[in-house]
Amino acid sequence: MEIARHWRLKEQRYNLTGTVCTKCGEKSFPPRRVCPKCGSETSAPFTFCGRGEVYSFTTIYEAPTGFNETAPYTVALVRLEEGLLVTAQLTDLGNDKPEIGMPVEMVTRRLRSDGDERGMLVYGYKFRPAVV
Amino acid sequence: MTENKNLLKPSRPVGIVGYGAYVPRYRLPAKEVARVWVGGRGTGLPIKEKSVPGLDEDVITMSLEATRNAMKRAGVDPAEIRAVWFGSESHPYAVKPTSTIVAEAIGAAPHVQAADMEFACKAGTEAMVMAMGMVGSGMGRYAIAGGLDTAQGKPGDALEYTAAAGGAAFVIGPADESLAVINAVYSYVTDTPDFWRREYQRYPEHGNRFTGEPAYFKHILAAGKILMEAMGAKASDYTWATFHQPNAKFPQRAASLLGFTPEQIEPGLLSPVIGNTYAGAAIIGLTSTLDVAKPGDRILMVSFGSGAGSDAFDITVTEKLLERRDKALKTQDYIARRTEIDYAMYARMRGKIAMK
Repeated sequence: MEIARHWRLKEQRYNLTGTVCTKCGEKSFPPRRVCPKCGSETSAPFTFCGRGEVYSFTTIYEAPTGFNETAPYTVALVRLEEGLLVTAQLTDLGNDKPEIGMPVEMVTRRLRSDGDERGMLVYGYKFRPAVV
Repeated sequence: MTENKNLLKPSRPVGIVGYGAYVPRYRLPAKEVARVWVGGRGTGLPIKEKSVPGLDEDVITMSLEATRNAMKRAGVDPAEIRAVWFGSESHPYAVKPTSTIVAEAIGAAPHVQAADMEFACKAGTEAMVMAMGMVGSGMGRYAIAGGLDTAQGKPGDALEYTAAAGGAAFVIGPADESLAVINAVYSYVTDTPDFWRREYQRYPEHGNRFTGEPAYFKHILAAGKILMEAMGAKASDYTWATFHQPNAKFPQRAASLLGFTPEQIEPGLLSPVIGNTYAGAAIIGLTSTLDVAKPGDRILMVSFGSGAGSDAFDITVTEKLLERRDKALKTQDYIARRTEIDYAMYARMRGKIAMK
């Protein structure tokens, strides 16, 4: 049971919320207390727009514990419009083949159950092919 | 027109400030169900195909996407929302609200009411009427109400052909900010045992033909008729109408009996291509109608929930619809995003294969 961790991470997971350095404007995800660019310790929450494109991807057939319900699934590095790379599952691929450069958008989906079917449900960001 | 004291009309006029729909990507053709369970006999199938949620989707994720679409259209500050209410008969948790997660994710928490509604297929409109009451009384400026389901149908049962996934959410607010004003609502409720699901049961039970005349038609027709009489309106005064749609036939017959033409219900009649989205069925008909409506258009919406009851809404579209409609995905955008699956994949996706 990791309910405290899931609860602590909910804001960034539900909405792709990271930080922006109030000194130099550098954006970070996941949130950073210290700016990796200028070293400033002042930051504000920043919610990314959720649009981007697939930078690279791989398909997982042998899923780690907790993720086998949805295997096989594709994990991608997504280059967000704001320039950052985020690692996330792709979803709603249907019969589409994932491709480098594919336009994608963030959705909030069920990531897994914490433990077995009695555990809390964990929700967070994934990316799907852009609908329009 | 004589004032009907049974109408639900807030003292402060209210309306729909924003609306959003959601339908999952996957489709199971009804003929696939017939292939597996009745040797492929395909005559009299209730719909063409139904929507099926992906492996990582449930009422929480779907409610959130519909709400995000509604918020994009409404353009209001989430901190001004005082209630988040979602109706469904497939909330992922037995205890822990869907509505708290949606409220948190859209930034409405913590100064907010949040609860889940249950009234079979009318839980969504039940939430809408509650939101009207909150806004209309001045307790809050905006309230979010919606209805979505990942509906259950017993394998091989008549309901399995139609039990689908999807729904809609609305930001209810003051009439002068609304893209559609809700003129009045009338609710008609009785104790009718046409369909139910007992605690801990996976699949609902229903009364077969008993679900028709004494349940669906009695309540839909009474609610629609009484509302129209009270408003001094006839079917031809409305531009559009949308009804709860458990299949393709029932809403078409209800429309006809109330005096509506096939053209009036065409934009909201989605059950042939997405199935019965239960708590979402009448209201996703409304979002689809709003997607094509013009300012000044008048819409009648009548929901139906087993148990049983109907909520009838008299709605008038305003000029604000035109500037907000294109700010989010439309209902038909989701319907067009279609991937067909077979019964085996459906059985996996809906958890019908026992793993332990």
